[in-house]
Amino acid sequence: MKQYLILLFSLITLPAFADVPRVSAQQFVDLQQGESTYPGYRRAHAKGMCISGEFVSNGNLSRYSTASVFKSSKTPFIGRLSIAGNNPYAPDLKAPVRSLALSFATSQTKQWRVAMNTPPVMAVANPHDFYQQIVAIKKGPEAIGAFFEAHPESADFLQWKANYQPSSSFALETYHSINAFYLVDEQNQRQAVRWEVKPHASTSSLKNSFTGDNALFNEFKQQLSDGPVMFDWVFTLATEQDDEHNPAKRWPQTREKMIAGQIKITQWQAQQGGRCDGINYDPLVLPQGIEATKDPILRARSAAYAESYRRRAVEVLAGDVEEGRDE
Amino acid sequence: MNKKITRFSASMRILHWAMAALIISLLSAGMTMVKSLEVWQLELLTLHKAAGLLVAVLVVVRLVNRWCATVPALPDSLPRWQKTMALGSHYALYSLMILMPLTGFLMQYYGARPIAVFSWFTLPSALYPDIELYALYRQLHGFIGYTLAVLILVHVLAALQHHFIRKDGVLKSML
Ligand code: HEM
Ligand code: HEM
Repeated sequence: MKQYLILLFSLITLPAFADVPRVSAQQFVDLQQGESTYPGYRRAHAKGMCISGEFVSNGNLSRYSTASVFKSSKTPFIGRLSIAGNNPYAPDLKAPVRSLALSFATSQTKQWRVAMNTPPVMAVANPHDFYQQIVAIKKGPEAIGAFFEAHPESADFLQWKANYQPSSSFALETYHSINAFYLVDEQNQRQAVRWEVKPHASTSSLKNSFTGDNALFNEFKQQLSDGPVMFDWVFTLATEQDDEHNPAKRWPQTREKMIAGQIKITQWQAQQGGRCDGINYDPLVLPQGIEATKDPILRARSAAYAESYRRRAVEVLAGDVEEGRDE
Repeated sequence: MNKKITRFSASMRILHWAMAALIISLLSAGMTMVKSLEVWQLELLTLHKAAGLLVAVLVVVRLVNRWCATVPALPDSLPRWQKTMALGSHYALYSLMILMPLTGFLMQYYGARPIAVFSWFTLPSALYPDIELYALYRQLHGFIGYTLAVLILVHVLAALQHHFIRKDGVLKSML
Protein backbone atom coordinates (compact mmCIF):
# COMPACT_ATOMS: atom_id res chain seq x y z
CA MET A 1 0.00 0.00 0.00
CA LYS A 2 2.91 2.38 0.70
CA GLN A 3 4.10 2.01 -2.87
CA TYR A 4 0.71 3.27 -4.17
CA LEU A 5 1.08 6.35 -2.04
CA ILE A 6 4.64 7.01 -3.20
CA LEU A 7 3.58 6.61 -6.83
CA LEU A 8 0.65 8.93 -6.28
CA PHE A 9 2.84 11.50 -4.60
CA SER A 10 5.45 11.48 -7.37
CA LEU A 11 2.74 11.88 -10.01
CA ILE A 12 1.25 14.85 -8.21
CA THR A 13 4.57 16.60 -7.81
CA LEU A 14 5.83 15.83 -11.33
CA PRO A 15 4.47 18.99 -13.00
CA ALA A 16 6.28 21.12 -10.44
CA PHE A 17 9.61 19.89 -11.80
CA ALA A 18 8.63 20.13 -15.45
CA ASP A 19 10.02 22.91 -17.60
CA VAL A 20 7.99 26.00 -16.71
CA PRO A 21 6.94 27.76 -19.93
CA ARG A 22 8.31 31.24 -20.23
CA VAL A 23 5.38 32.49 -22.30
CA SER A 24 2.07 30.67 -22.05
CA ALA A 25 -0.41 30.07 -24.86
CA GLN A 26 -2.79 32.50 -23.14
CA GLN A 27 -0.15 35.25 -22.96
CA PHE A 28 0.69 34.69 -26.62
CA VAL A 29 -2.91 34.97 -27.75
CA ASP A 30 -3.45 38.01 -25.49
CA LEU A 31 -0.58 39.71 -27.28
CA GLN A 32 -1.90 38.73 -30.71
CA GLN A 33 -5.45 39.88 -30.05
CA GLY A 34 -4.19 43.19 -28.69
CA GLU A 35 -6.29 45.85 -26.99
CA SER A 36 -9.39 45.59 -29.13
CA THR A 37 -11.07 42.22 -29.49
CA TYR A 38 -13.43 41.28 -32.26
CA PRO A 39 -15.82 38.69 -30.82
CA GLY A 40 -16.17 35.55 -32.90
CA TYR A 41 -13.09 36.23 -35.02
CA ARG A 42 -9.71 34.55 -35.01
CA ARG A 43 -7.23 36.28 -32.71
CA ALA A 44 -4.65 36.20 -35.51
CA HIS A 45 -5.29 36.27 -39.25
CA ALA A 46 -8.74 37.62 -38.39
CA LYS A 47 -9.55 38.99 -41.84
CA GLY A 48 -10.19 36.29 -44.38
CA MET A 49 -12.60 34.49 -46.63
CA CYS A 50 -13.49 30.87 -47.23
CA ILE A 51 -12.48 29.15 -50.43
CA SER A 52 -12.96 25.65 -51.74
CA GLY A 53 -11.66 23.50 -54.53
CA GLU A 54 -9.59 20.40 -54.99
CA PHE A 55 -6.03 19.18 -54.88
CA VAL A 56 -5.22 17.24 -58.03
CA SER A 57 -2.39 14.93 -57.02
CA ASN A 58 -0.05 13.43 -59.61
CA GLY A 59 0.99 10.62 -57.26
CA ASN A 60 4.68 11.64 -57.17
CA LEU A 61 4.78 11.86 -53.39
CA SER A 62 3.00 8.59 -52.64
CA ARG A 63 6.46 7.00 -52.67
CA TYR A 64 7.35 9.09 -49.60
CA SER A 65 4.09 9.14 -47.71
CA THR A 66 1.15 6.83 -47.13
CA ALA A 67 -1.23 9.80 -46.78
CA SER A 68 -4.17 9.28 -49.13
CA VAL A 69 -3.98 12.91 -50.27
CA PHE A 70 -0.81 12.03 -52.24
CA LYS A 71 -2.26 9.10 -54.20
CA SER A 72 -2.91 10.07 -57.78
CA SER A 73 -6.42 11.34 -57.24
CA LYS A 74 -8.46 14.44 -56.50
CA THR A 75 -9.07 15.52 -52.90
CA PRO A 76 -11.51 18.34 -52.15
CA PHE A 77 -10.56 20.96 -49.59
CA ILE A 78 -12.09 23.77 -47.59
CA GLY A 79 -9.57 26.57 -47.40
CA ARG A 80 -9.17 30.09 -46.19
CA LEU A 81 -7.32 33.10 -47.58
CA SER A 82 -6.34 35.63 -44.95
CA ILE A 83 -4.03 38.43 -43.94
CA ALA A 84 -2.02 38.55 -40.72
CA GLY A 85 -3.32 40.70 -37.89
CA ASN A 86 -6.10 40.83 -35.31
CA ASN A 87 -8.43 43.17 -37.21
CA PRO A 88 -11.11 41.61 -39.44
CA TYR A 89 -11.67 44.99 -41.14
CA ALA A 90 -8.04 45.95 -41.76
CA PRO A 91 -7.09 47.41 -45.18
CA ASP A 92 -5.88 44.26 -46.87
CA LEU A 93 -3.33 45.63 -49.36
CA LYS A 94 -1.30 47.02 -46.45
CA ALA A 95 -0.90 43.68 -44.66
CA PRO A 96 2.73 42.51 -44.66
CA VAL A 97 1.81 38.80 -44.51
CA ARG A 98 -0.78 36.94 -46.55
CA SER A 99 -1.89 33.42 -45.89
CA LEU A 100 -3.47 30.32 -47.32
CA ALA A 101 -4.94 27.56 -45.16
CA LEU A 102 -6.26 24.21 -46.40
CA SER A 103 -8.28 21.49 -44.73
CA PHE A 104 -8.53 18.00 -46.20
CA ALA A 105 -11.23 15.87 -44.57
CA THR A 106 -10.49 12.60 -46.37
CA SER A 107 -12.37 10.40 -43.90
CA GLN A 108 -13.60 10.35 -40.31
CA THR A 109 -10.18 9.16 -39.19
CA LYS A 110 -8.05 11.21 -41.60
CA GLN A 111 -7.84 14.97 -41.36
CA TRP A 112 -5.07 17.24 -42.56
CA ARG A 113 -4.88 20.96 -41.81
CA VAL A 114 -2.31 23.20 -43.44
CA ALA A 115 -1.70 26.89 -42.62
CA MET A 116 0.84 28.72 -44.79
CA ASN A 117 2.27 32.24 -44.94
CA THR A 118 4.09 34.30 -47.56
CA PRO A 119 7.57 34.35 -45.91
CA PRO A 120 9.66 31.20 -46.48
CA VAL A 121 11.23 31.31 -43.00
CA MET A 122 10.62 32.71 -39.53
CA ALA A 123 12.90 35.44 -38.18
CA VAL A 124 13.45 33.45 -34.99
CA ALA A 125 13.49 29.80 -34.02
CA ASN A 126 11.31 29.51 -30.90
CA PRO A 127 7.98 30.89 -29.63
CA HIS A 128 9.51 32.93 -26.80
CA ASP A 129 11.69 34.91 -29.18
CA PHE A 130 8.72 35.20 -31.55
CA TYR A 131 6.70 36.71 -28.71
CA GLN A 132 9.44 39.30 -28.13
CA GLN A 133 9.55 39.99 -31.88
CA ILE A 134 5.82 40.83 -31.89
CA VAL A 135 6.31 43.02 -28.80
CA ALA A 136 9.05 44.87 -30.69
CA ILE A 137 6.89 45.24 -33.82
CA LYS A 138 4.14 46.79 -31.71
CA LYS A 139 6.64 49.21 -30.14
CA GLY A 140 7.86 50.55 -33.48
CA PRO A 141 10.75 50.64 -35.96
CA GLU A 142 13.46 51.37 -33.41
CA ALA A 143 12.56 48.41 -31.21
CA ILE A 144 12.29 46.04 -34.13
CA GLY A 145 15.67 47.19 -35.45
CA ALA A 146 17.23 46.49 -32.07
CA PHE A 147 15.45 43.14 -31.96
CA PHE A 148 16.87 41.97 -35.28
CA GLU A 149 20.32 43.14 -34.27
CA ALA A 150 20.11 41.02 -31.13
CA HIS A 151 18.92 38.04 -33.19
CA PRO A 152 21.45 37.15 -35.89
CA GLU A 153 19.37 34.06 -36.74
CA SER A 154 16.97 36.46 -38.50
CA ALA A 155 19.48 36.91 -41.38
CA ASP A 156 17.65 34.60 -43.83
CA PHE A 157 14.32 36.22 -43.05
CA LEU A 158 15.71 39.75 -43.48
CA GLN A 159 17.29 38.81 -46.77
CA TRP A 160 13.96 37.50 -48.05
CA LYS A 161 12.18 40.61 -46.75
CA ALA A 162 14.58 42.95 -48.53
CA ASN A 163 13.71 41.30 -51.85
CA TYR A 164 10.00 40.75 -51.32
CA GLN A 165 7.41 43.04 -52.81
CA PRO A 166 3.81 42.29 -51.73
CA SER A 167 1.79 41.70 -54.91
CA SER A 168 -1.64 43.01 -55.81
CA SER A 169 -3.33 39.62 -55.73
CA PHE A 170 -3.68 36.50 -53.60
CA ALA A 171 -3.26 34.62 -56.88
CA LEU A 172 0.29 35.98 -57.31
CA GLU A 173 1.74 35.01 -53.94
CA THR A 174 3.76 31.95 -52.95
CA TYR A 175 2.64 30.39 -49.66
CA HIS A 176 5.17 28.54 -47.48
CA SER A 177 4.86 25.83 -44.85
CA ILE A 178 7.84 27.52 -43.08
CA ASN A 179 7.94 24.64 -40.59
CA ALA A 180 9.24 21.26 -41.72
CA PHE A 181 7.28 18.00 -41.48
CA TYR A 182 8.11 14.33 -42.06
CA LEU A 183 6.62 12.33 -44.87
CA VAL A 184 6.37 8.73 -43.67
CA ASP A 185 6.28 5.83 -46.14
CA GLU A 186 5.09 2.23 -45.84
CA GLN A 187 8.45 1.10 -44.37
CA ASN A 188 8.13 3.84 -41.73
CA GLN A 189 11.01 5.76 -43.36
CA ARG A 190 10.88 9.47 -42.65
CA GLN A 191 11.78 12.20 -45.12
CA ALA A 192 11.87 15.78 -43.82
CA VAL A 193 10.17 18.26 -46.16
CA ARG A 194 9.04 21.83 -46.45
CA TRP A 195 6.56 22.93 -49.06
CA GLU A 196 5.32 25.92 -50.98
CA VAL A 197 2.19 26.61 -52.96
CA LYS A 198 3.26 28.51 -56.11
CA PRO A 199 0.96 30.53 -58.34
CA HIS A 200 0.36 29.77 -62.02
CA ALA A 201 -0.53 33.40 -62.66
CA SER A 202 2.19 35.93 -63.43
CA THR A 203 2.42 39.62 -62.59
CA SER A 204 2.20 40.65 -66.21
CA SER A 205 -1.14 38.90 -66.74
CA LEU A 206 -2.82 40.36 -63.65
CA LYS A 207 -3.94 43.85 -62.81
CA ASN A 208 -5.84 44.67 -59.65
CA SER A 209 -8.19 47.54 -60.39
CA PHE A 210 -9.92 47.39 -57.02
CA THR A 211 -9.33 50.00 -54.34
CA GLY A 212 -10.33 50.32 -50.70
CA ASP A 213 -9.95 48.12 -47.65
CA ASN A 214 -11.10 44.93 -49.40
CA ALA A 215 -9.17 45.28 -52.66
CA LEU A 216 -7.28 41.99 -52.29
CA PHE A 217 -10.34 39.95 -51.45
CA ASN A 218 -12.55 41.59 -54.06
CA GLU A 219 -9.96 41.02 -56.77
CA PHE A 220 -9.78 37.34 -55.91
CA LYS A 221 -13.56 36.96 -55.95
CA GLN A 222 -13.61 38.49 -59.40
CA GLN A 223 -10.96 36.08 -60.65
CA LEU A 224 -12.99 33.15 -59.39
CA SER A 225 -16.01 34.38 -61.29
CA ASP A 226 -13.89 34.02 -64.45
CA GLY A 227 -12.69 30.50 -63.62
CA PRO A 228 -10.50 28.46 -61.24
CA VAL A 229 -7.28 29.88 -59.77
CA MET A 230 -4.38 27.42 -59.99
CA PHE A 231 -1.26 26.80 -57.93
CA ASP A 232 1.48 24.13 -57.93
CA TRP A 233 2.15 22.35 -54.66
CA VAL A 234 5.93 21.98 -54.49
CA PHE A 235 7.81 19.97 -51.85
CA THR A 236 11.48 20.43 -50.99
CA LEU A 237 13.28 17.35 -49.71
CA ALA A 238 15.81 17.91 -46.92
CA THR A 239 19.18 16.18 -46.83
CA GLU A 240 21.35 15.21 -43.85
CA GLN A 241 22.84 18.69 -43.85
CA ASP A 242 19.54 20.48 -43.27
CA ASP A 243 18.16 21.12 -39.80
CA GLU A 244 14.45 20.38 -40.00
CA HIS A 245 13.98 21.75 -36.48
CA ASN A 246 15.08 25.29 -37.30
CA PRO A 247 12.35 27.35 -39.05
CA ALA A 248 14.62 30.42 -39.37
CA LYS A 249 17.19 28.76 -41.61
CA ARG A 250 16.56 28.38 -45.35
CA TRP A 251 17.59 25.17 -47.05
CA PRO A 252 19.86 25.60 -50.08
CA GLN A 253 18.11 26.27 -53.40
CA THR A 254 19.81 23.18 -54.85
CA ARG A 255 17.71 20.78 -52.78
CA GLU A 256 15.52 18.39 -54.73
CA LYS A 257 12.03 19.73 -55.35
CA MET A 258 8.99 17.68 -56.30
CA ILE A 259 5.65 18.85 -57.62
CA ALA A 260 2.91 16.92 -55.83
CA GLY A 261 0.13 18.27 -58.00
CA GLN A 262 -2.10 21.29 -58.49
CA ILE A 263 -4.26 23.22 -56.05
CA LYS A 264 -7.35 24.33 -57.91
CA ILE A 265 -9.47 26.96 -56.16
CA THR A 266 -12.96 27.15 -57.63
CA GLN A 267 -15.31 28.88 -55.16
CA TRP A 268 -15.44 31.42 -52.37
CA GLN A 269 -17.72 32.14 -49.40
CA ALA A 270 -17.79 34.95 -46.85
CA GLN A 271 -16.08 33.71 -43.71
CA GLN A 272 -18.95 34.51 -41.34
CA GLY A 273 -21.25 31.54 -41.70
CA GLY A 274 -18.82 30.11 -44.27
CA ARG A 275 -17.55 26.57 -44.05
CA CYS A 276 -13.99 27.55 -43.07
CA ASP A 277 -15.09 29.66 -40.11
CA GLY A 278 -15.49 26.75 -37.69
CA ILE A 279 -12.20 25.15 -38.68
CA ASN A 280 -9.15 25.47 -36.48
CA TYR A 281 -6.32 25.25 -39.02
CA ASP A 282 -3.96 23.75 -36.46
CA PRO A 283 -0.98 22.42 -38.45
CA LEU A 284 -0.56 19.58 -35.96
CA VAL A 285 -3.77 17.96 -37.17
CA LEU A 286 -2.02 15.41 -39.39
CA PRO A 287 -3.16 12.18 -41.06
CA GLN A 288 -1.21 8.95 -41.02
CA GLY A 289 1.79 9.36 -43.33
CA ILE A 290 2.70 12.88 -42.18
CA GLU A 291 4.35 13.68 -38.85
CA ALA A 292 5.46 16.77 -36.94
CA THR A 293 9.13 17.63 -36.52
CA LYS A 294 10.41 18.94 -33.19
CA ASP A 295 10.61 22.49 -34.58
CA PRO A 296 9.80 24.60 -31.46
CA ILE A 297 7.69 27.06 -33.49
CA LEU A 298 5.61 24.27 -35.01
CA ARG A 299 5.12 22.63 -31.63
CA ALA A 300 3.99 25.94 -30.10
CA ARG A 301 1.22 26.43 -32.61
CA SER A 302 -1.23 23.77 -31.38
CA ALA A 303 -1.79 25.22 -27.90
CA ALA A 304 -1.99 28.81 -29.20
CA TYR A 305 -4.46 27.94 -31.99
CA ALA A 306 -6.56 25.98 -29.46
CA GLU A 307 -6.68 29.01 -27.15
CA SER A 308 -7.75 31.34 -29.97
CA TYR A 309 -10.25 28.75 -31.22
CA ARG A 310 -11.67 28.32 -27.72
CA ARG A 311 -12.16 32.07 -27.27
CA ARG A 312 -13.96 32.57 -30.55
CA ALA A 313 -15.94 29.32 -30.28
CA VAL A 314 -17.33 30.39 -26.90
CA GLU A 315 -18.27 33.77 -28.38
CA VAL A 316 -20.06 32.06 -31.27
CA LEU A 317 -21.91 29.77 -28.83
CA ALA A 318 -22.95 32.78 -26.74
CA GLY A 319 -24.20 34.55 -29.87
CA ASP A 320 -21.77 37.35 -29.12
CA VAL A 321 -20.54 37.87 -32.67
CA GLU A 322 -20.29 41.15 -34.49
CA GLU A 323 -21.97 40.90 -37.88
CA GLY A 324 -19.62 41.56 -40.78
CA ARG A 325 -19.20 45.17 -41.82
CA ASP A 326 -17.20 44.15 -44.85
CA GLU A 327 -19.91 42.41 -46.83
CA MET B 1 -23.85 -12.24 7.50
CA ASN B 2 -21.52 -13.43 10.20
CA LYS B 3 -18.47 -11.25 9.84
CA LYS B 4 -18.47 -7.57 8.99
CA ILE B 5 -16.24 -6.62 6.07
CA THR B 6 -13.68 -4.03 7.10
CA ARG B 7 -11.71 -3.75 3.88
CA PHE B 8 -12.39 -3.23 0.19
CA SER B 9 -11.53 -6.22 -2.00
CA ALA B 10 -8.08 -6.33 -3.62
CA SER B 11 -9.52 -5.63 -7.08
CA MET B 12 -11.35 -2.55 -5.78
CA ARG B 13 -8.28 -1.24 -4.01
CA ILE B 14 -6.10 -1.71 -7.08
CA LEU B 15 -8.67 0.00 -9.31
CA HIS B 16 -9.06 2.81 -6.80
CA TRP B 17 -5.36 3.65 -6.56
CA ALA B 18 -4.54 3.03 -10.21
CA MET B 19 -7.35 5.35 -11.29
CA ALA B 20 -6.46 7.90 -8.64
CA ALA B 21 -2.93 8.07 -10.03
CA LEU B 22 -4.20 8.17 -13.62
CA ILE B 23 -6.82 10.84 -13.01
CA ILE B 24 -4.58 13.10 -10.97
CA SER B 25 -1.90 12.92 -13.67
CA LEU B 26 -4.57 13.62 -16.31
CA LEU B 27 -5.73 16.69 -14.40
CA SER B 28 -2.22 18.07 -14.03
CA ALA B 29 -1.32 17.13 -17.62
CA GLY B 30 -4.50 18.84 -18.87
CA MET B 31 -3.88 22.03 -16.93
CA THR B 32 -0.23 22.10 -18.03
CA MET B 33 -0.67 21.36 -21.72
CA VAL B 34 -3.33 23.99 -22.41
CA LYS B 35 -0.78 26.62 -21.32
CA SER B 36 2.39 25.15 -22.72
CA LEU B 37 4.14 26.31 -25.90
CA GLU B 38 6.98 23.84 -25.34
CA VAL B 39 8.12 21.11 -27.70
CA TRP B 40 6.74 18.31 -25.49
CA GLN B 41 3.20 19.73 -25.58
CA LEU B 42 2.26 17.50 -28.52
CA GLU B 43 3.44 14.31 -26.79
CA LEU B 44 1.68 15.29 -23.56
CA LEU B 45 -1.54 15.98 -25.47
CA THR B 46 -1.32 12.63 -27.28
CA LEU B 47 -0.74 10.85 -23.98
CA HIS B 48 -3.55 12.78 -22.31
CA LYS B 49 -6.06 11.62 -24.89
CA ALA B 50 -4.93 7.98 -24.76
CA ALA B 51 -4.84 7.89 -20.94
CA GLY B 52 -8.21 9.67 -20.82
CA LEU B 53 -9.74 6.94 -22.97
CA LEU B 54 -8.20 4.35 -20.66
CA VAL B 55 -10.08 5.99 -17.78
CA ALA B 56 -13.29 5.58 -19.75
CA VAL B 57 -12.65 1.83 -20.02
CA LEU B 58 -11.53 1.47 -16.40
CA VAL B 59 -14.50 3.35 -14.98
CA VAL B 60 -16.89 0.85 -16.60
CA VAL B 61 -14.92 -2.08 -15.16
CA ARG B 62 -14.89 -0.35 -11.81
CA LEU B 63 -18.61 0.35 -11.70
CA VAL B 64 -19.47 -3.24 -12.61
CA ASN B 65 -17.05 -4.40 -9.96
CA ARG B 66 -18.58 -1.99 -7.45
CA TRP B 67 -22.20 -3.09 -8.04
CA CYS B 68 -21.23 -6.75 -7.67
CA ALA B 69 -19.25 -6.40 -4.45
CA THR B 70 -20.11 -5.96 -0.80
CA VAL B 71 -18.27 -3.00 0.62
CA PRO B 72 -17.40 -2.03 4.19
CA ALA B 73 -20.05 0.08 5.86
CA LEU B 74 -19.19 3.53 7.16
CA PRO B 75 -18.56 3.55 10.95
CA ASP B 76 -21.72 3.72 13.09
CA SER B 77 -20.19 6.60 15.01
CA LEU B 78 -20.53 8.79 11.91
CA PRO B 79 -23.42 11.27 12.05
CA ARG B 80 -26.14 10.70 9.49
CA TRP B 81 -25.47 13.89 7.54
CA GLN B 82 -21.83 12.93 7.13
CA LYS B 83 -22.82 9.50 5.84
CA THR B 84 -25.08 11.18 3.29
CA MET B 85 -22.27 13.56 2.29
CA ALA B 86 -19.84 10.67 1.90
CA LEU B 87 -22.24 8.72 -0.26
CA GLY B 88 -23.13 11.79 -2.34
CA SER B 89 -19.52 12.69 -2.93
CA HIS B 90 -18.77 9.17 -4.12
CA TYR B 91 -21.65 9.31 -6.61
CA ALA B 92 -20.33 12.69 -7.75
CA LEU B 93 -16.80 11.32 -8.19
CA TYR B 94 -18.06 8.42 -10.31
CA SER B 95 -20.20 10.76 -12.43
CA LEU B 96 -17.32 13.13 -13.11
CA MET B 97 -15.05 10.18 -13.92
CA ILE B 98 -17.53 9.29 -16.67
CA LEU B 99 -18.14 12.85 -17.84
CA MET B 100 -14.46 13.78 -18.23
CA PRO B 101 -13.56 11.27 -20.95
CA LEU B 102 -16.99 11.75 -22.54
CA THR B 103 -16.66 15.53 -22.90
CA GLY B 104 -13.01 15.10 -23.99
CA PHE B 105 -14.04 12.74 -26.75
CA LEU B 106 -17.01 14.88 -27.85
CA MET B 107 -14.87 18.02 -27.92
CA GLN B 108 -12.46 16.30 -30.31
CA TYR B 109 -15.34 14.78 -32.27
CA TYR B 110 -17.00 18.13 -32.98
CA GLY B 111 -13.64 19.84 -33.53
CA ALA B 112 -13.19 17.28 -36.34
CA ARG B 113 -9.98 15.96 -34.81
CA PRO B 114 -9.64 12.16 -35.03
CA ILE B 115 -7.99 10.72 -31.90
CA ALA B 116 -4.96 8.59 -32.77
CA VAL B 117 -4.08 6.24 -29.92
CA PHE B 118 -0.38 5.83 -30.75
CA SER B 119 -0.28 3.87 -34.02
CA TRP B 120 -2.68 1.35 -32.61
CA PHE B 121 -6.09 2.69 -33.66
CA THR B 122 -7.80 5.97 -34.47
CA LEU B 123 -11.18 7.05 -33.12
CA PRO B 124 -13.31 8.78 -35.75
CA SER B 125 -14.45 12.38 -35.59
CA ALA B 126 -17.00 14.46 -37.47
CA LEU B 127 -15.84 15.27 -41.00
CA TYR B 128 -16.48 18.99 -40.50
CA PRO B 129 -16.33 20.84 -37.19
CA ASP B 130 -19.37 22.18 -35.39
CA ILE B 131 -17.91 25.19 -33.61
CA GLU B 132 -20.84 25.61 -31.19
CA LEU B 133 -20.81 22.01 -30.02
CA TYR B 134 -17.02 22.21 -29.82
CA ALA B 135 -17.36 25.26 -27.56
CA LEU B 136 -19.94 23.51 -25.38
CA TYR B 137 -17.87 20.37 -24.77
CA ARG B 138 -14.60 22.29 -24.48
CA GLN B 139 -16.10 24.45 -21.73
CA LEU B 140 -17.66 21.44 -19.99
CA HIS B 141 -14.35 19.55 -20.12
CA GLY B 142 -12.63 22.51 -18.46
CA PHE B 143 -15.30 23.22 -15.82
CA ILE B 144 -15.87 19.58 -14.93
CA GLY B 145 -12.10 19.08 -14.75
CA TYR B 146 -11.70 21.86 -12.20
CA THR B 147 -14.74 20.60 -10.26
CA LEU B 148 -13.23 17.12 -10.20
CA ALA B 149 -9.94 18.53 -8.90
CA VAL B 150 -11.76 20.29 -6.05
CA LEU B 151 -13.81 17.18 -5.26
CA ILE B 152 -10.66 15.04 -5.14
CA LEU B 153 -9.11 17.51 -2.73
CA VAL B 154 -12.16 17.33 -0.45
CA HIS B 155 -12.12 13.54 -0.74
CA VAL B 156 -8.46 13.36 0.31
CA LEU B 157 -9.00 15.75 3.21
CA ALA B 158 -11.98 13.69 4.38
CA ALA B 159 -9.91 10.49 4.24
CA LEU B 160 -7.13 12.11 6.26
CA GLN B 161 -9.66 13.46 8.75
CA HIS B 162 -11.01 9.92 9.25
CA HIS B 163 -7.53 8.58 9.83
CA PHE B 164 -5.90 11.22 11.98
CA ILE B 165 -8.78 12.95 13.75
CA ARG B 166 -11.61 10.43 14.02
CA LYS B 167 -9.07 7.58 14.10
CA ASP B 168 -11.56 5.16 12.52
CA GLY B 169 -10.80 2.47 9.93
CA VAL B 170 -12.06 4.32 6.85
CA LEU B 171 -8.70 5.10 5.23
CA LYS B 172 -7.33 1.67 6.19
CA SER B 173 -10.25 -0.02 4.44
CA MET B 174 -8.85 1.25 1.12
CA LEU B 175 -5.16 0.51 1.86
C1 HEM C 1 4.65 30.28 -32.45
C2 HEM C 1 4.22 30.58 -33.63
C3 HEM C 1 2.79 30.89 -33.98
C4 HEM C 1 1.72 31.22 -33.19
C5 HEM C 1 1.71 31.36 -31.68
C6 HEM C 1 0.57 31.40 -34.05
C7 HEM C 1 -0.70 31.74 -33.62
C8 HEM C 1 -1.83 31.76 -34.40
C9 HEM C 1 -3.18 31.88 -33.93
C10 HEM C 1 -3.57 32.05 -32.48
C11 HEM C 1 -4.04 31.82 -34.99
C12 HEM C 1 -5.57 31.85 -34.98
C13 HEM C 1 -6.12 30.42 -35.00
C14 HEM C 1 -7.65 30.30 -34.96
O1 HEM C 1 -8.34 30.98 -34.19
O2 HEM C 1 -8.20 29.44 -35.70
C15 HEM C 1 -3.21 31.69 -36.15
C16 HEM C 1 -3.67 31.60 -37.45
C17 HEM C 1 -2.86 31.36 -38.55
N1 HEM C 1 -1.50 31.16 -38.54
FE1 HEM C 1 -0.27 31.17 -36.95
N2 HEM C 1 0.96 31.18 -35.34
C18 HEM C 1 2.31 30.86 -35.34
C19 HEM C 1 3.08 30.55 -36.41
C20 HEM C 1 2.63 30.47 -37.71
C21 HEM C 1 3.43 30.07 -38.84
C22 HEM C 1 4.89 29.66 -38.80
C23 HEM C 1 2.60 30.12 -39.92
C24 HEM C 1 2.87 29.81 -41.37
C25 HEM C 1 3.60 28.91 -41.81
C26 HEM C 1 1.28 30.53 -39.47
C27 HEM C 1 0.18 30.68 -40.27
C28 HEM C 1 -1.09 30.94 -39.85
C29 HEM C 1 -2.24 31.04 -40.71
C30 HEM C 1 -2.25 30.87 -42.23
C31 HEM C 1 -3.34 31.29 -39.90
C32 HEM C 1 -4.78 31.48 -40.34
C33 HEM C 1 -5.43 30.15 -40.40
C34 HEM C 1 -6.85 30.33 -40.82
O3 HEM C 1 -7.08 30.79 -41.94
O4 HEM C 1 -7.72 29.99 -40.01
N3 HEM C 1 1.34 30.73 -38.12
N4 HEM C 1 -1.87 31.65 -35.78
C1 HEM D 1 -10.59 11.35 -16.72
C2 HEM D 1 -10.21 11.77 -17.85
C3 HEM D 1 -9.74 13.16 -18.14
C4 HEM D 1 -9.36 14.17 -17.29
C5 HEM D 1 -9.31 14.15 -15.78
C6 HEM D 1 -9.02 15.31 -18.13
C7 HEM D 1 -8.62 16.55 -17.63
C8 HEM D 1 -8.35 17.65 -18.39
C9 HEM D 1 -8.08 18.96 -17.89
C10 HEM D 1 -8.04 19.36 -16.42
C11 HEM D 1 -7.85 19.78 -18.94
C12 HEM D 1 -7.53 21.28 -18.90
C13 HEM D 1 -8.83 22.02 -19.01
C14 HEM D 1 -8.70 23.52 -18.90
O1 HEM D 1 -7.68 24.04 -18.44
O2 HEM D 1 -9.69 24.20 -19.28
C15 HEM D 1 -7.97 18.98 -20.13
C16 HEM D 1 -7.80 19.44 -21.42
C17 HEM D 1 -7.95 18.66 -22.55
N1 HEM D 1 -8.40 17.36 -22.59
FE1 HEM D 1 -8.80 16.16 -21.02
N2 HEM D 1 -9.19 14.98 -19.44
C18 HEM D 1 -9.63 13.67 -19.50
C19 HEM D 1 -9.92 12.94 -20.63
C20 HEM D 1 -9.76 13.41 -21.93
C21 HEM D 1 -10.06 12.65 -23.12
C22 HEM D 1 -10.61 11.22 -23.17
C23 HEM D 1 -9.76 13.45 -24.18
C24 HEM D 1 -9.88 13.21 -25.65
C25 HEM D 1 -9.86 12.07 -26.19
C26 HEM D 1 -9.28 14.70 -23.65
C27 HEM D 1 -8.85 15.75 -24.42
C28 HEM D 1 -8.44 16.97 -23.93
C29 HEM D 1 -7.98 18.05 -24.77
C30 HEM D 1 -7.86 18.03 -26.29
C31 HEM D 1 -7.69 19.11 -23.92
C32 HEM D 1 -7.11 20.46 -24.32
C33 HEM D 1 -8.15 21.35 -24.91
C34 HEM D 1 -7.53 22.65 -25.45
O3 HEM D 1 -6.36 22.70 -25.72
O4 HEM D 1 -8.30 23.61 -25.59
N3 HEM D 1 -9.28 14.65 -22.28
N4 HEM D 1 -8.29 17.69 -19.78
